[in-house]
Amino acid sequence: MDILAVTAQWLADPAHWQGPNGIPLRLGEHVALSVVSLVLAALVAMPLGLWIGHTGRFSWLVVSSANAWRALPSFAVIGLLVPFTTLLDPNLGFILYPTLVAMIVLAGPPILVNSYEGVAGVDRDLVEAARGMGMSERQILFALEMPVALPVLAAGIRSAAVQVIATATLGATFGFGGLGRYIVLGDANRDNGQLFGGVVLVAALALTTLAFFVLIERRLASPGLAARTAG
Amino acid sequence: MNSEPLVRWDWIGAHLGPILERGGQHLYLAVIAVTIGFAISFGLAALSIRRRRLYPFVTLLATAVYTIPSFAMFAALVVVSGLSIFTAEIPLVVYTFILFVPNIVAGFDAVPQDVLDAADGMGYTSAQRWWQVELPLSVPLVVAGLRLATVSTIGLVTVSAILGDRFGGLGYYILDGYHRHFPTEILVGGLLSIGLAVLADLGFVLLRRLLTPWATARAAAR
Repeated sequence: MDILAVTAQWLADPAHWQGPNGIPLRLGEHVALSVVSLVLAALVAMPLGLWIGHTGRFSWLVVSSANAWRALPSFAVIGLLVPFTTLLDPNLGFILYPTLVAMIVLAGPPILVNSYEGVAGVDRDLVEAARGMGMSERQILFALEMPVALPVLAAGIRSAAVQVIATATLGATFGFGGLGRYIVLGDANRDNGQLFGGVVLVAALALTTLAFFVLIERRLASPGLAARTAG
Repeated sequence: MNSEPLVRWDWIGAHLGPILERGGQHLYLAVIAVTIGFAISFGLAALSIRRRRLYPFVTLLATAVYTIPSFAMFAALVVVSGLSIFTAEIPLVVYTFILFVPNIVAGFDAVPQDVLDAADGMGYTSAQRWWQVELPLSVPLVVAGLRLATVSTIGLVTVSAILGDRFGGLGYYILDGYHRHFPTEILVGGLLSIGLAVLADLGFVLLRRLLTPWATARAAAR
């Protein structure tokens, strides 16, 4: 097919692998934005989710954030942020902050929900036994609840990461770079090689991220649990 | 831009007609996608229930499709199907699979075996059992799937604005406002599309109450 040929040609052209619009730089922008927003989201959402899960207080917050999250489309969130972030900084507020903040908003709820559910789902008998043994609340959280909740926690980060990588593509419509830029430029210039090259790169990055986290999760699972699933 | 107020109410007042029209288009695009997506998903779910071994493949496929960014899929389809309604609807439809299929399968799985046996014992034919027992009892989870898919689709319709001013529903105002540095337009498009999603969600909660009167009665009796 013609599209396959032009896409392969565009991807193979060494000129597209260097310079300010080169694939390494755009890939770097995409990954950097995704990692920064994931880390910032995790720094807020994970401790909050763990604390709510451990104490059982404010659990309505988790439910409502999960619901609100579904009703907040990133396209609208990025757009809605522009008028406010441009007040802070006319340049970065136009090209970077809206996408960055929207990705933090996108990544937060899945991490929050899974941190909460992971800890809240730990067998209460285990927790009571630990308390009876004289473990402090802090010890219970870090030495018992967190290790047991680890697979659920990791699944939350994985789902946030895959969604951020995929959705950061939208940023290109709003002045941000990243791999979405090829799709915008390819669409605008009717350059199918560039358009589909961008689509292939973004899809490959999203699937690689998914595979990366699945592998990490396998390593993280405690040996006892891994043996149980294998048996 | 600083001297101008954040919201120009006069602009909104002068554009009420077009705003309503865009809102209508937004709903229209979403309803088509959810309806077709539901029909296909129901078929996929029915197949998965009959042939259990197929279920993991169906889920894997739906997940893989969901991983492709909507923005990329819209742009890529322009080359294949031009600026037609298909280009807007195909991505919206295929993204609903991962939200519908697991919920429909779980909905039918949740019908207790005892109830099915009782229906058989009472002499229901398999068609009667399906319509009068299985379908009504699967409603809560099926409606949960409908809520998810509708809210997510209403959000994704905004992205179809990149296909030009014939698409995108209220998303058109987000993109146009951004290009023109006009906050009022962005706020109108963004807030109304979020509002539409919330309203649709509430609508389904109401629908579930109407379809499963026994659940409400039980909660009240408690």
